Amino acid sequence: MTFIQRIGVFLFLAGLLIFSGIPFLGEYMLTEEQVISLTKDIHQDNMKNILQPMFGKVYSNSFEFLGEFNSLMNGYNDVLKAESKWDQVIWDDYSFPLAKAALDSPVQDLPFLFLASSIGLVILGGLFYILPKFRDEPSGIKNNGIFHSSMKNRGWLGMITGSYLILFYVILYWFPAYLVNLVWMVEPISLSLSGNPASQWFLYGLIYTLAILVMGIRMFRKYRGNRYQEVRTASLMFFQTAFAFLIPEILVLLNQPYFDFKNIWPLDYSFFYDYRIESLTSSGAIGMFMLIWGILLIVLGVPLFTYFYGKRWYCSWVCGCGGLAETVGDPYRQLSDKSLKSWKIEQYLIHSVLVLAVVMTVLTIVNYFSSFGLLGNVTNQLHSFYGFFIGSAFAGVVGTGFYPFMGNRVWCRFGCPLAAYLGLVQRFKSRFRISTNGGQCISCGNCSTYCEMGIDVRWYAQRGQNIVRSSCVGCGVCASVCPRGVLKLENGPEEGRINDMPIIIGNDSIKLNA
Amino acid sequence: MSNTHHIVILGNGIAGITCARQLRKQSDSVKITVISGESTYFFSRTALMYVFMGHMKFEHTQPYENWFWEKNRIELLEKWVERVDFAEKELHFQSGGKFSYDQLVLATGSKPNKFGWPGQDLQGVQGLYSKQDLELMEQNTSEGVNHAVIVGGGLIGIEMAEMLAYKGISVTFLVRETGFWRNVLPKEESALVGRHVSEHHMNLRLETELAEIIPDEFGRVKAVRTNKGEELPCQFVGLTAGVTPNIDFLKETDLKVNRGILVDSFFKTNIPDVFAIGDCAEFHEPPAVGRNKIEQVWYTGRMHGETLAYNLLHDPVPYQPGVWFNSAKFLDIEYQTYGWVPSDWSEEAFNSFYWEHESGKVSIRLFIDHENKVLGVNNFGFRLSHSFFDKAIKERWEVVEVIKRLEDANFAPEFFAPYIQAIQSAFQKKSGIAIKLKKRTFIQKLLGAKL
Repeated sequence: MTFIQRIGVFLFLAGLLIFSGIPFLGEYMLTEEQVISLTKDIHQDNMKNILQPMFGKVYSNSFEFLGEFNSLMNGYNDVLKAESKWDQVIWDDYSFPLAKAALDSPVQDLPFLFLASSIGLVILGGLFYILPKFRDEPSGIKNNGIFHSSMKNRGWLGMITGSYLILFYVILYWFPAYLVNLVWMVEPISLSLSGNPASQWFLYGLIYTLAILVMGIRMFRKYRGNRYQEVRTASLMFFQTAFAFLIPEILVLLNQPYFDFKNIWPLDYSFFYDYRIESLTSSGAIGMFMLIWGILLIVLGVPLFTYFYGKRWYCSWVCGCGGLAETVGDPYRQLSDKSLKSWKIEQYLIHSVLVLAVVMTVLTIVNYFSSFGLLGNVTNQLHSFYGFFIGSAFAGVVGTGFYPFMGNRVWCRFGCPLAAYLGLVQRFKSRFRISTNGGQCISCGNCSTYCEMGIDVRWYAQRGQNIVRSSCVGCGVCASVCPRGVLKLENGPEEGRINDMPIIIGNDSIKLNA
Repeated sequence: MSNTHHIVILGNGIAGITCARQLRKQSDSVKITVISGESTYFFSRTALMYVFMGHMKFEHTQPYENWFWEKNRIELLEKWVERVDFAEKELHFQSGGKFSYDQLVLATGSKPNKFGWPGQDLQGVQGLYSKQDLELMEQNTSEGVNHAVIVGGGLIGIEMAEMLAYKGISVTFLVRETGFWRNVLPKEESALVGRHVSEHHMNLRLETELAEIIPDEFGRVKAVRTNKGEELPCQFVGLTAGVTPNIDFLKETDLKVNRGILVDSFFKTNIPDVFAIGDCAEFHEPPAVGRNKIEQVWYTGRMHGETLAYNLLHDPVPYQPGVWFNSAKFLDIEYQTYGWVPSDWSEEAFNSFYWEHESGKVSIRLFIDHENKVLGVNNFGFRLSHSFFDKAIKERWEVVEVIKRLEDANFAPEFFAPYIQAIQSAFQKKSGIAIKLKKRTFIQKLLGAKL
């Protein structure tokens, strides 16, 4: 490690420490006016009564404030639940907006100072560490020391990193009220982009995008000289920054619906939910265009692009989850399980999620068109079930938090319903394959080891067979790390795409039929 | 096919394991046992270097999961065989005990060459072939090694150098020839590799041989002396001047051996029901023109195994290797070869077309006979298709034909620099023959790497 890299590590850790400490700043004081302005009309009176004891009281930290808030809310709701008065229970969670309003913290006065000394330091430190890497070395991909690394081979550093990520996701999804300081920190950025106050999702989106950008730069260093990896990484960085982050915010600024043009159902599982359809259909021509665009992507975009280029066009060039996996997750790609058993689990799991997403969506649409006469509120229950278990727990907590334990594509491999859909097209009707170069394979195992999707690439390569697998996201790393030039990602005629050669090229002694 | 006799394969390298796998593929009933003292499970020898450098764990070098062998009823025994009783058809284990066979396949591989150098058995002096060699190398380089000398500039030598560089150990190569791997590579290619070795701050001593390895008071290497009288301090010496068949335990038996176990083109030894394949086998005659009597690469081991497995179950066919091919990676530069490209040739009988990119890291050579037919190709720094050149060389295409269709041979990843076009342009310039270049698409021009 060079001196600059050491400074980088120091700055990174300092930034991370400050970032983790910020949620503990400030005091909380709730007022009646805040409750009135932040709760729905139907809840206003009740909420005022429930939270009465808190008004004007100063709480020195979020735990005290939210502890009291929760006990008051639960006290109110539990009684009603015990009496089975379900319709009177206040199901809405007001903890985040109220905590955000009640906060009085130095972060609100100096957001940019806190931003610079937390996220800013993390970025600076990261760049200090990344940029000097491989300097004065000839270009070429080196996975030196990966399995000797505590961070990348499930050592204590990896364990800590994974635990931190999991903790962050759990708080983000289920206890966002504890993050209001951090949300205030990015408030000015949100205001300048969309004109709206920041939410925990804006904070998350910003961090997510910055992480992809910084770790994307790392990809340029690590895979320097490999143009496929460079172009692909640039594409991911672009789509995340422009399509996932900036454009939706700017749309909101222009009074249009928030819309990510590259997010596709069923990954975007709420696309057909009533409130989203209503928001699009009530937004004039642009809303209509968005709706049609979204549907066209599902029925035409996915099959056509996947036919011509394989599912990589989405998974490792465009997708946001893929973007994080391929950049932030790249150091962990070797941790995916390559066993036959895990392949079987994968097939059951991912297709079950696809079926679940389709069933849920069909029910939602049918229910919507029957004006909720058919199923009533059942679809809402289904939505919360899916949102909790698949959307949050699987995609977020497991999907990213488990990078250091199970590799960077856990969600994409075992859970993503869109990946399942793309995969079915790729497996059965596509021009994409990874070609094997005759008999040149030496079974070394670099390809399988570095396959983030857990495909045992070598199994095929050493037999001279092409690799045609529904899960392959076409990241191209197998081909990049192959020391003998055996693998090539290709789009070509369907004929001969799947080949079975009993005797590999180079041995003319025997002729066998496949 | 019903066939219940017991085939015992001695050695679980690529030759032995391919033989076992193909036997099971073609017969459900034959009983198969694979014995090796090196490891229970088959692993890829070529990947040992990656374990050392932390690219992989040892288990990643095993191409099959452990259940595979039981499922396919291939019995595995981890034992060293001390001697073979050919008369009684029995193997005697080092740990005691006997094991009988109906047919025996010897696939015992190689061991590093040692040419009787003084000090060749000192502590810190070793070759690299087996799993045990890897473990020894980890031990030998665990501490106090700052400088290493590698004797012999070949494929294992360059691997060892890369491994040592990973540990921050500086490397000096002693190479007998006038250039790196010059006994195999033509002058330009050898120079290309040599430059790249130097680029990695490794020291190449050409036309220099090892005279003596000098110990310190603990019996550990402290320096080597070259044949030029120079003394190079070092704490590790890699002996990578080739390998030799690993057959010491078979010497002084009825089995006929020379450098390797002598076999005919059906892999039969002089003893009935005893066969030899892979690195340890020596053919009476080279299996094809321009090939060696002993074939010591991964691919030939695989072909031997395939062919013998067929022969043990069917009417035997002679071993007929197709067009030669091989590949390697010299630090960051990949190398492939198809067909026959000698290191030197007579200008009257042969011709050659050589192109090298200005970076000095990418090159191609087409080796051509006096009828303008392509005999072989060497390519560095980019990838060419095996099936294309297997066909072109087998069907004796003329060089113009090969150059014209070279785009079909391109195996480089998408968006890589258009080396094929550069080669075609260079050929056009040299020969005056017009070659139609494939149009690059807009996307390729926009995003692709430049020459």
